[in-house]
Amino acid sequence: MPQSYRLQGKGRLTPAKGLRFSFDGKHYSGLQGDTLASALLANGVHLVGRSFKYHRPRGFLSAGAEEPNALVTVQRDAARKTPNVRATVQELYDGLDAHSQNRWPSLSFDVGAVNDLAGSMFSAGFYYKTFMWPKSAWKNVYEPKIRAAAGLGVSPDQPDPDHYSARFAHCEVLVIGGGAAGIAAARAAAESGLRVILADEQAELGGALRFESGASIDGMDGWSWAQEAARSLAGMPNVRVLTRTTAFGYYAQNFVGLVERVSDHLASPGGALPRERLWQVRAKRVVLATGAIERHLVFAENDRPGIMLASAARAYLNHNGVAVGRNVGIYTAGDSGYAAAIDLKKAGAGVAAIVDLRDNPTGALVDEARSLGIEINHGRAVVRTAGKLRVSSMTIRPKNGGAERTIAVDALLMSAGWTPSVHLFSQSRGRLAFDAESRRFLPSDYAQDCVAVGACNGTETLEATVAEASKAGEQAAKAAGGKTAKAVAPKVDASESWAGGMVGSGPGAGPDDTVKAFVDFQNDVTAKDIRLAVREGMRSIEHVKRFTTNGMATDQGKTSNMHGLAIAADALGKEIPQVGLTTFRPPYTPVTFGAIIGHARGPLFDPTRRTAIHPWAEANGAVFEDVGQWKRAWYFPRQGEDMHAAVNRECETVRKAAGLFDASTLGKIEVVGPDAAKFMELMYTNPWEKLEAGRCRYGIMLREDGFIYDDGVVGRLAADRFHVTTTTGGAARVMNMMEDYLQTEFPHLNVWLTSISEQWAVIAVQGPKSREIIEPLVEGIDMSDGAMPHMSVREGKICGVPTRLFRMSFTGDRGFEVNVPADYGQAVWEALWAEGRKHGACAYGTEAMHVLRAEKGYIIVGQDTDGTVTPSDAGLDWAIGKKKTDFVGIRGLTRPDLVAKGRKQLVGLKTKDPNVVLEEGAQIVADPRQPVPMTMIGHVTSSYWSQNCGRSIALALVAGGQGRMGETLYVPMPDRTIEVEVTGMVFFDEAGGRLHG
Amino acid sequence: MANQVTATRRPAQSGRDTSARNVKLAVLPPAERISLRAPAGAVEALSRALGLALPVRPCTSATAEGRTALWLGPDEWLVLDEKGGDLLAACAGVEALHSAVGISHRNVAIAVTGPGAETTISAGCPRDLALEAFSVGACARTVLGKIEIVLLRTGEEAFRVECWRSFSDYAFTFLDDAARDAAS
Amino acid sequence: MLLIRCPYCEQDLPELEFRNAGEAHVVRSGNLVAESDEDFERFLFIRENPKGIIYERWRHIHGCGRFFNAVRNTVSDKFLMTYKAGEKKPESLPGDAK
Repeated sequence: MPQSYRLQGKGRLTPAKGLRFSFDGKHYSGLQGDTLASALLANGVHLVGRSFKYHRPRGFLSAGAEEPNALVTVQRDAARKTPNVRATVQELYDGLDAHSQNRWPSLSFDVGAVNDLAGSMFSAGFYYKTFMWPKSAWKNVYEPKIRAAAGLGVSPDQPDPDHYSARFAHCEVLVIGGGAAGIAAARAAAESGLRVILADEQAELGGALRFESGASIDGMDGWSWAQEAARSLAGMPNVRVLTRTTAFGYYAQNFVGLVERVSDHLASPGGALPRERLWQVRAKRVVLATGAIERHLVFAENDRPGIMLASAARAYLNHNGVAVGRNVGIYTAGDSGYAAAIDLKKAGAGVAAIVDLRDNPTGALVDEARSLGIEINHGRAVVRTAGKLRVSSMTIRPKNGGAERTIAVDALLMSAGWTPSVHLFSQSRGRLAFDAESRRFLPSDYAQDCVAVGACNGTETLEATVAEASKAGEQAAKAAGGKTAKAVAPKVDASESWAGGMVGSGPGAGPDDTVKAFVDFQNDVTAKDIRLAVREGMRSIEHVKRFTTNGMATDQGKTSNMHGLAIAADALGKEIPQVGLTTFRPPYTPVTFGAIIGHARGPLFDPTRRTAIHPWAEANGAVFEDVGQWKRAWYFPRQGEDMHAAVNRECETVRKAAGLFDASTLGKIEVVGPDAAKFMELMYTNPWEKLEAGRCRYGIMLREDGFIYDDGVVGRLAADRFHVTTTTGGAARVMNMMEDYLQTEFPHLNVWLTSISEQWAVIAVQGPKSREIIEPLVEGIDMSDGAMPHMSVREGKICGVPTRLFRMSFTGDRGFEVNVPADYGQAVWEALWAEGRKHGACAYGTEAMHVLRAEKGYIIVGQDTDGTVTPSDAGLDWAIGKKKTDFVGIRGLTRPDLVAKGRKQLVGLKTKDPNVVLEEGAQIVADPRQPVPMTMIGHVTSSYWSQNCGRSIALALVAGGQGRMGETLYVPMPDRTIEVEVTGMVFFDEAGGRLHG
Repeated sequence: MANQVTATRRPAQSGRDTSARNVKLAVLPPAERISLRAPAGAVEALSRALGLALPVRPCTSATAEGRTALWLGPDEWLVLDEKGGDLLAACAGVEALHSAVGISHRNVAIAVTGPGAETTISAGCPRDLALEAFSVGACARTVLGKIEIVLLRTGEEAFRVECWRSFSDYAFTFLDDAARDAAS
Repeated sequence: MLLIRCPYCEQDLPELEFRNAGEAHVVRSGNLVAESDEDFERFLFIRENPKGIIYERWRHIHGCGRFFNAVRNTVSDKFLMTYKAGEKKPESLPGDAK
């Protein structure tokens, strides 16, 4: 039965453009322009899913983005597997492979449906109340089981092979929604020549014109007018028309997030095309033309496959040429149901009967239906349906009770009226007001520069909508600074209106009925559940929502919220506005992580920073570690060496001969100006005024609270010029803090700061042979001990290029740091390496650097300090200028807590067994026999095996540590307790002679 | 005593380029650069020394003889010389209060040109780059994806993107990714 | 993402270029060492954190680099005005300040 529900000569698709697709492994055919939903319906398939909680069979409710039921998994290959795709939105492509979800073993026989039989057990709040104890079982037993049984699709388990892109866009007028209103607004705004963006979620503009029939605009039928307008708009240089694009979030100052689905509709996507594109639009004015969503009616068993919204059936018929049934029943609370019945009847589909809740419906559509011979049952309600995997009959009775009658149907269309789509307006922080007469919420007070037009603003006819939108477009352009002639609104001739309807539960689903009348299809919430929530004491709609999960599914209650609210209000005996409306939050429809991430994947996830010397290290076998965004050479293993062996060798070699180390990542700031020294005095604890040009000093920077913020060696190049170094991780924040003080606290100082971190590559050459290695390459610098003592800096040339040559040491051995302009870094490194090899030097990495500095008790800010450590705690009192009257942190240092006894202080630790290496972060106790929880008096901050000392070494923060020298403390570990002795922080060359030797 | 090894220069991303349908990307050759800081009173003297009028209007630039000065802040300019002129030397004689710091090696420049140039940069730059809002000669320090850049519009369909050396790989890779989207 | 007017660039620019820097008009004493514990506590720790109008500092960190002051409504997230660092706290605010 190939597409046996496709009606010849109906719809707008081309019969010749056939496509093949499969659903649950079965092959079907459809047409270009179909959605998966319309193509399945063309083949008579209504059953597409099982509901979330009760596993009830479900079909299509809608023909659009509001769809709660028809969620499927679309699979292109092993990695391209998208769960929870709304079949009503997914465009058909050749070879599309879709699968139903939440059923086992098959869609038509689902074991989980037993939940439906036990439905009285599974009322709202059931899970909360039943699985309360024992508490731990929730996490380990109940939740995993419940999650497995109730659920949506399964996430793909492979990396997403598609790519995604992003753009910032700016425009004067953004129009959201491409129905008649959006088109009219965009055309009027575009006349101004200003930048206009028109976004619509469908593949083609047209909105409700897709299903409406009989409307004429500017002498064309509505749909043709929309297509013509789309073409002319797309041809304007100042207009961007984005189809397949959903505005999902409306943020502050007219910042709107759009997702464009670029290739989900293509048979073979990929190549240069992203799957989706995120648009972050800043608009001067926004026109909201988001339309309205039809509501279903709440009655018993209103969820069987084949029961759907009247407008959806019209879309399938008028656009796709598909009849949703051959004997269709209609249940309506307004005119919209009649329009569907009339369209179906005229198309040759059988219409069983119209059931109208209204007592005396009148009007053109009612007359037309009657004249077409359609049976109309007014003042009546559908109170029940039958049919296992598809509706087979509806049972009707007078709405206030009376004799029942059952009518056979193979589809049942519902219309309770239209809910204005105020989601984006509400996200813009605009205030909604309840219109008591029409029982709906409408935009009231605007919080941003936007305007709602058409159905989303409560406007009820096409003619009024187009006129309103056209004027709004013109005014938006004018307000955004455009000069525009008075826009001529398109001429509309249409009779349909989307007024009227009802909210709440229908007859037969009232407080005394125990039926399953669904309010929220996706989360299986019934009218009964909402009343139960009220009985259980929920008063606010926010509580009712959370208790019942009404409106909390992926469709966010697009069809259910108003019904839920009305039922809750009724149960509470209050008016709807007194119960309140739940908050609309982004996203309007689900947004993929890919769209949010955009370009930021793989190498673009985060910048990877590499030094100028990186290529050499890579070529020479370095193993790298991540230090912030930097890749740093960690160690340089030789053939057969593990990390331990390599680090031991590097540490020994540096102290025996020399080592080369890439220190380029250090932060560097050039401080220039006549007040440079004054500024340094204020930013660092140390005195600087008297530091001679050509000399260096180790500086400590505090925060105002008195704790150590950063440290580094500072060289004075001239009276008015300092070369400041910071830690690698501190580079950006130190610069920011310096700028902050300079601009806002000390603006009278004539001094400027420039980041030179990346101007200079830094090669540390450390060890007894360091001078011999550098000297042959240097011009214009006397490197003798007399001329260039420890802690001095000289400018000259190395390898023919400029250098700032520091004599300084982070190893405790004689050492230098060679700064050269970054592009020369690798060449100078190679020259130094060639010299170094003559003296037995090695290249060493960050691990050896850490060990070597720890052997000397040099701290690393951020490792041995944690933001609560003062210079005194770290044994660095000597670095505070005692005569200074101001520097950042000077007052903080005298706070009572910072001078109190018993503060944690940095000390050295030696394990009693020299072969045991402590774990960094391990806690320290004074008495290991005390009961748990023990009193912890400190923790290990640095710990290494020191090959040079022939034993393990560690630094630790210990309460009152400096007064505990020689004491034995304990480090309890899971398998044993380690005895340690408190020592000074220097483990190697305590006298310090090697610095100069 | 110095032996005569002369270090060869290895600029980051040297020679890297790519072209998509509407966009060309090219890493530009090294240029001389200084970060120039000065109060209003020194602008005239520095302009004279540099041979171009330092722009004082926000987000504008001035170009003369291969030399370009970009306004980055109320007392800050990025001065470029693409002909190898010694900018530090030019400022050295100026007595008026200022700070000139050499940053030739700190930055890498990427030229983004073609009809899709604006779209390419808009993939990661939140500024409005339409000609009306960001005209030829306009410049700004801003962001591109997850990094900071200095952006200069050198033509209606041409931009110069400057970033720090270690971010240049990210910048080029980002622009390359964006250029392919701009072409699609 | 907010748009913030940088008083130095004289343009409304995207928030991505800016960084908040805490409450404004917290004065650092010229003679900090002489401050009492109470005064220093007030300077270092005590902040208003108001619901409504806040005077705060921002830095146009990925732009002109300048610190400046802003008046923002913490409820609506609306900026009422911005002004340069060092300028006095405004005595009156533009129209819709309530």
